[in-house]
Amino acid sequence: MNALVSLGKIFRFHGGVHPPENKTQSTQLPIGQLPMPDTLVLPLRQHVGNIPKIKVQVGEHVLKGQLLAEPEGMVSAAVHAPTSGTISAIADAVIPHPSGLPDHCITLTPDGKDTWIAHQAQDWRHADRKTLVDSLRNSGIVGLGGATFPTQIKLRTDGKSNVDTLIINAAECEPYITCDDALMRERAEDIVKGIAIAQYLLGASHVYIGIEDNKPQAIQAMQLATKDSAIQVVVVPTLYPSGDARRLVHLILGEEIPHDKRATQVGIQVFNVGTIVALHRFFDHGEPCVNRIVTVTGNVQTPQNFEVLFGTPITHLISAAGGKKPDTTHYIMGGPMMGFDLPSERVPITKAANCIIAASPNLFAPPPQPMPCIRCARCADACPVNLQPQELYWFSKSDNFEKARDYNLFDCIECGACSYVCPSNIPLVQYYRYAKSEIIASDKAKEAADIARERNEARLARIEREKLERAQKHAERAQAGKADLAKTESAPKETAATNADDAKKAAIAAAIARAKAQKLAAQQAGELPKNTAPTNATMQQEIAEIDARRATVGLTETEAPSGVDTEKQDKIAAAIARAKAQKAAAEAAKEKSAHAETLKKD
Amino acid sequence: MNRSPYISGAPSVSTIMLKVLLALVPAIITYAYLFGGGILITLTLATITALLAEALMLKARGRPIQPFLSDYSAVITAWLLALAIPPLAPWWLIVVGTLFAIVIAKQLYGGLGYNMFNPAMVGYAVLLISFPVLMTKWPAALDIAQTKLSFAQQFQFIFNGLLPQNVQIDAVTSATPLDYVKTQLTLRHDIASIIQAPLFGTLGGKGSEYVAIAYLLGGLYLWQQKIISWHLPFGFLGALALISSLFWLVDATHYTSPVFHLFSGASMLCAFFIITDPISGPTTPKGKLYFAAAIAVITYLIRVFGGFPDGVAFAVIFMNICVPLIDALTQPRVFGHQK
Amino acid sequence: MLIALYIMLGLALALGVLLGYAALKFKVEGDPLIARIDAILPQTQCGQCGFPGCKPYATAIAKGEADINQCPPGGDAGVHALADLLGVEYKPLNAEHGQPKPKSVAFIDENTCIGCTLCIQACPVDAILGASKHMHTIIASECTGCELCIAPCPVDCITMQPIAETPDNWKWKYPIIPIQAVALDSNLR
Repeated sequence: MNALVSLGKIFRFHGGVHPPENKTQSTQLPIGQLPMPDTLVLPLRQHVGNIPKIKVQVGEHVLKGQLLAEPEGMVSAAVHAPTSGTISAIADAVIPHPSGLPDHCITLTPDGKDTWIAHQAQDWRHADRKTLVDSLRNSGIVGLGGATFPTQIKLRTDGKSNVDTLIINAAECEPYITCDDALMRERAEDIVKGIAIAQYLLGASHVYIGIEDNKPQAIQAMQLATKDSAIQVVVVPTLYPSGDARRLVHLILGEEIPHDKRATQVGIQVFNVGTIVALHRFFDHGEPCVNRIVTVTGNVQTPQNFEVLFGTPITHLISAAGGKKPDTTHYIMGGPMMGFDLPSERVPITKAANCIIAASPNLFAPPPQPMPCIRCARCADACPVNLQPQELYWFSKSDNFEKARDYNLFDCIECGACSYVCPSNIPLVQYYRYAKSEIIASDKAKEAADIARERNEARLARIEREKLERAQKHAERAQAGKADLAKTESAPKETAATNADDAKKAAIAAAIARAKAQKLAAQQAGELPKNTAPTNATMQQEIAEIDARRATVGLTETEAPSGVDTEKQDKIAAAIARAKAQKAAAEAAKEKSAHAETLKKD
Repeated sequence: MNRSPYISGAPSVSTIMLKVLLALVPAIITYAYLFGGGILITLTLATITALLAEALMLKARGRPIQPFLSDYSAVITAWLLALAIPPLAPWWLIVVGTLFAIVIAKQLYGGLGYNMFNPAMVGYAVLLISFPVLMTKWPAALDIAQTKLSFAQQFQFIFNGLLPQNVQIDAVTSATPLDYVKTQLTLRHDIASIIQAPLFGTLGGKGSEYVAIAYLLGGLYLWQQKIISWHLPFGFLGALALISSLFWLVDATHYTSPVFHLFSGASMLCAFFIITDPISGPTTPKGKLYFAAAIAVITYLIRVFGGFPDGVAFAVIFMNICVPLIDALTQPRVFGHQK
Repeated sequence: MLIALYIMLGLALALGVLLGYAALKFKVEGDPLIARIDAILPQTQCGQCGFPGCKPYATAIAKGEADINQCPPGGDAGVHALADLLGVEYKPLNAEHGQPKPKSVAFIDENTCIGCTLCIQACPVDAILGASKHMHTIIASECTGCELCIAPCPVDCITMQPIAETPDNWKWKYPIIPIQAVALDSNLR
């Protein structure tokens, strides 16, 4: 296999498209540095997995590289302060996500000093692999190619994976994006150092760097930097989506990773060049992941790559690129094939943000009206996974999700090649995303229903058991009682029971009264707790309905708790009635006074 | 709105359909040159009928008219039907056929993209069954016809059924080669003597063989433009050549040569323009091969053993029914799945 | 003659034993049809169908005592699935049993709760945590949104809160393609 690769043998995959590259615009200038923005907004979820746990408080002063949130659970990533400053808010803010919905974010106001927290390089060549990988957990490094999968998971040395081949993904196949290109041109040495670390951590014996042939300068730089090492630079033809990990593995090794397995399970690991440099910064300099290279291109005055701190607002970046051209309508994160519209220009740069494209109707014409599918199968010819997009479209469109799943919908990588070649302009990928979302949601609902069923059954079993136990106890007591009866009178005991009941009743009534008083006080104070707002007519009616429903289906009886007899229920009901009457009276009084107020005003 | 990909690299449906029409032009010119301008009249009639019928049906169905009219798919149906029926047939024949193709076979099934059967072939089959005599009145190539009709005379004949004085209908029409072979074989002639008749050329029928070559050239253009995949023409012509060779090698006195089959009747039109209709055909590469080969075999069987001189239309319609099954059975292996 | 009789008897005996053994060995717990119906029901255990839970409703459907359109939480999709399973005609949800609502979870106002445990006893899936005279709280992830805890609460401190859309549970929408060009992002104006 090695011999083949060194001969430049490439294993082509099915399909693929070659859209206009549009990469030269942003490679005219070297990687630029940005002035410090006024605020940095750091979403907690910048990776695949659990939300990390916040370790700082509002008002706290933090140093550059300080841990702000630590990973929680196995798949999670840390968030660090990209610069020194003060935590000014911990709240929901709009994040760069296709939904446009807000999510938890930490806002940091930089102090302008950019003071690093104490950090130091690790002597990784002489350290235990496990300790190194464990230390990565707090590095904040995730897959910077856009997948944002926490890197420590990919490097786990649990003995299960036996990775012998490391592939560095530098194909960068999407049009417009040049951040990896720029990184290779300018920091080839760092990449080679990072590869050495990854290779050591994985114990990989073969390393390939896959680069598309439209980046000659990057190829040259990498060849120069790797000439003394065993690392092989593999030039792959420019064909979207060669940068997809499975496609790249196939291109370089001729091996198809089985659809139900991860690359690691077949002894291959794929890292993006950006991630590799982050590994180098972390191990050789002790710096956690606080910035990345971002391409700013499209409808801006001077497209360029920048080294950007996470949390930097897009506006800041756009002005650094000379500002937007007047006909700019919105911004796209990612490339034109797989990117998405940013919900606002205030959103921050995150770990997934490889490219920001300013869009205009000239650059990306509004989509023409879709025509019906004519089954021309161009999409099938373009699909790099060899799916039948026209069938998947049909199934997704008609909500025939089971069939869509049968036709391997979940093997779709949403690369957009099918939509790109569709003569009828059908937004095929949108349909697949919709169908996938629906299937995932219904799977989750099914899972929840199964849990609910289990819990319900457990509960019914418990009630049954308790009933039996009670009956048994009752029988025993009756036995004992019979014996007792011979000796003593039962009357005092009964009184005691009634007393106990009375006490309970009084306690509940008192509690209800307290609660009502509290509620009333709150109402008078003018601030209604939102969920104790006076029940309106519809809500009352609803409650009545539910009550009736419960009564008819006999839930009230079966649900009757062990210790509560009908008498007690009656008492509670009476107490509730009293409380409700009180509440009604209070409301009436309030209404009256309000009425009086308005009258007075008149 | 999230709609990635934001860019598109596809020709529009209209462009694709226009290129198909363009690919038919050489054959039409050859046709008109060799058989007279009557075909142009039929083509015009068919085009007008198709567009009107399509517009009316779209309106009746409450669909936007402009985008669907400008996709030119109705024009393709009209042209294919016009090229498939005898050009000197009365004007109403092509009108009825086109109406049937557009209204029933296309629009009533849901319009573009939803028709299960090839509309042109449905129109053809209906005409062949309803008006069998008219459908066999083919014009003789001008250089072998006893009387050559001018364009104006052909026009007269199509619209009024009037021939110039002293001209009999047999003087301007002739049997098609396929038809002739069939009738002569029943008269116990052998192939070698049958093809000595003047209506035979080098490859197929006199004149019509050049039209077939023009179809072939147009088809190659479509293949070069990546509008049709090679699977369909290759499967059709390959299977037709194979099955006709088999019979021919066994008994050349009663079975015509594969070359004759490839260049006679509607073989070339079928291979490059009719079975390549994507809507009513299969989508998988393997499925296309099977589909095309099956059509070729059925066509051959109808030609040689059936009651009709040519069997393309019935073969296509029959195989259209099998398309969902073919697609389901020929799903290609998905990347990363078991071989 | 006698031999034939013996053989038949022997066979009957052997097969009988075999059948008896199989009945014990491959005993099917409950009615599989009920389980299959139950698998479609949303397991909210809300009783809106008129039965005290999903399983009883499933049993009633299997016995033909209840219609398939009595489960609002299951929605139209649920009725379709039931119709498919049972091979009967689809019918729209019976409005008598209520309308489908957005999925919600119960929420206890902690200031008002008096710790009476009545809601705990009402909850069909044990999703309420608490003890007598101590404040109760809902385990939101286990709550099915059945609303059965609302009525018993003597102080009306439980409300239903629709599950909010977050980037985590957000779903891609069915593509609707506007005929006109998209309006500019309002944020940019």
